[in-house]
Amino acid sequence: MTETLPDAAPLSFQDALEQFDPVLGFEVHVELNTATKMFSAAPNAFGDEPNTNVSPVCLGLPGALPVVNEKAVESAIRLGLALNCSIAESCRFARKQYFYPDTPKNWQTSQYDEPIAHDGHLDVELDDGEIFRVEIERAHMEEDAGKLTHQGGSGRIQGADSSLVDYNRAGVPLIEIVTKPIVGAGSRAPEIARAYVSAVRDVVKALDISDARMERGNVRCDANVSLMPKGSSTFGTRSETKNVNSMRAVEHAVTFEIRRHAGVLTAGGSIVQETRHWNEDTRTTSSGRPKSDADDYRYFPEPDLVPIVSSPEWIEELRSTLPEPPAERRRRLREAWGYSDAEFRDVVAAGLLDEIEETVASGASPATARKWWMGEISRLANARDVEPTALGVQSATIIELSGLIDEGRINDKIARQVLEFHLDGEGSPAEIVSARGLEVVSDDGALTAAVEKAMAENPDVVEKVAGGKLKAIGALIGPVMKETRGQADAGKVREIVMEKLGVS
Amino acid sequence: MSEISRADVEHLAKLAHISMTDEELTTMAGELDVIVDSVKKVSEAVDAEVPATSHPLPLTNVFRRDEVGEVFTAEQALSNAPDAEDGRFKVPAILDEE
Repeated sequence: MTETLPDAAPLSFQDALEQFDPVLGFEVHVELNTATKMFSAAPNAFGDEPNTNVSPVCLGLPGALPVVNEKAVESAIRLGLALNCSIAESCRFARKQYFYPDTPKNWQTSQYDEPIAHDGHLDVELDDGEIFRVEIERAHMEEDAGKLTHQGGSGRIQGADSSLVDYNRAGVPLIEIVTKPIVGAGSRAPEIARAYVSAVRDVVKALDISDARMERGNVRCDANVSLMPKGSSTFGTRSETKNVNSMRAVEHAVTFEIRRHAGVLTAGGSIVQETRHWNEDTRTTSSGRPKSDADDYRYFPEPDLVPIVSSPEWIEELRSTLPEPPAERRRRLREAWGYSDAEFRDVVAAGLLDEIEETVASGASPATARKWWMGEISRLANARDVEPTALGVQSATIIELSGLIDEGRINDKIARQVLEFHLDGEGSPAEIVSARGLEVVSDDGALTAAVEKAMAENPDVVEKVAGGKLKAIGALIGPVMKETRGQADAGKVREIVMEKLGVS
Repeated sequence: MSEISRADVEHLAKLAHISMTDEELTTMAGELDVIVDSVKKVSEAVDAEVPATSHPLPLTNVFRRDEVGEVFTAEQALSNAPDAEDGRFKVPAILDEE
């Protein structure tokens, strides 16, 4: 028997890739944003008091009968279509039986041999714009489990004395998306892993079937990794790292598993087929339980739920509700707006595509929309510790502000203050400008007086400017701004100084 | 010939977290075997042409609208719980699994 050598040191990523080809596979669970649960009319809500969103079905009480949520089925079909899957003419639910307190029935209602969607693909856009196609094996409907809190010990299950169970999440609709083995990823495996999960999240967000907040567990990823020696086409033994719940963590977990497998294999050991835990702090995985008897789930068809038949008419009706695929939309917007790659990437990373698109649609130029959303609005949101979208800035406000600037009535600096006053409820930008007397001082009298004062106070600067050093005018603008409380038009100040000194 | 071995019953008992004595395992294996044999008669009555039936009712697509209905209060939900704490069911820690 080969030794497993679980403690062999991981190889460097580069060394691992020189000797092996990684094979990836993902199971992504998407929690739906339906109003109610998969099989009962209890609310599907996050953050409520424990065990207040439960019905007899959620608690697995004797005699309770599940009834399928039609919207959840529609969401599953729409997701299946968005993943380019075939939708099963007929499918059914199955009981996946295991004994653990997170499921009060002692089985999870899932789908087994007849998933609702199968054989699709998702084109994933990598950092350099290259497209990598990930083949989808299936997408099936199931229900979430309750939430356990372990007491005593370290808070983890080892050493715990007891566990507290909240069944609010039990029965929340899930769709599990399973990929086919992903081969040919090579050194881009970690990047592909992140991009795939990101693409799935984009798709479910665009479909509006999930809140898609990874930090809340709306999208959860199990990452399978195995290695085959270069030149081989026989898959190695895989490990399954559970609940890798951020895009960055997916990337790191895949990197680490590739390095760990390579370390074990090159030291002459063999990989144990097991589930592993992701440790965010150390960016490593640790051994969970080996695949064993515990995986004997004894699936059988759920007798309490009748089959689901998807007619071509129903499927076509749902297909007509599909949004533009996110990757295509990004390509279209990037071209239409003319941003640089870096600018566009920043907008995507900031999650402000929708806002900028709306502001542009309302009549702002793409440059103006970007300037406000990525600049002042993001800065204010950051200062107030909220998402930029949560500030409630309307496109009309941005257009009004930029109009005031274009007309020369306020400058950029004042405009930023006006936005802040607007968010504090002082009215529309134009109202604020007039109520607070913020209009740029362009009447020559007041401005000329301020310029004269500044020139009188800075004779050395005046001398330089008179001697032809026009750049020195900048030193006069500050004092003039101070005098006019920031409301002077800098261009106008320049003009007046030059006119007075007879330089050009 | 026995289809259900004592080892099968032992395995099932372990999966279901039911503790059984040696004597019970042997008895249960015998009884389950009789049941399986009886059910086997069904397969004599059908040929390979008949598809397996998982749902005898001629019904499909029994759905519910996505509208919130009645729920328990936490007190009601916990009323039959052997133990509870902080509005939650309290269960003994189960080791060896996660």
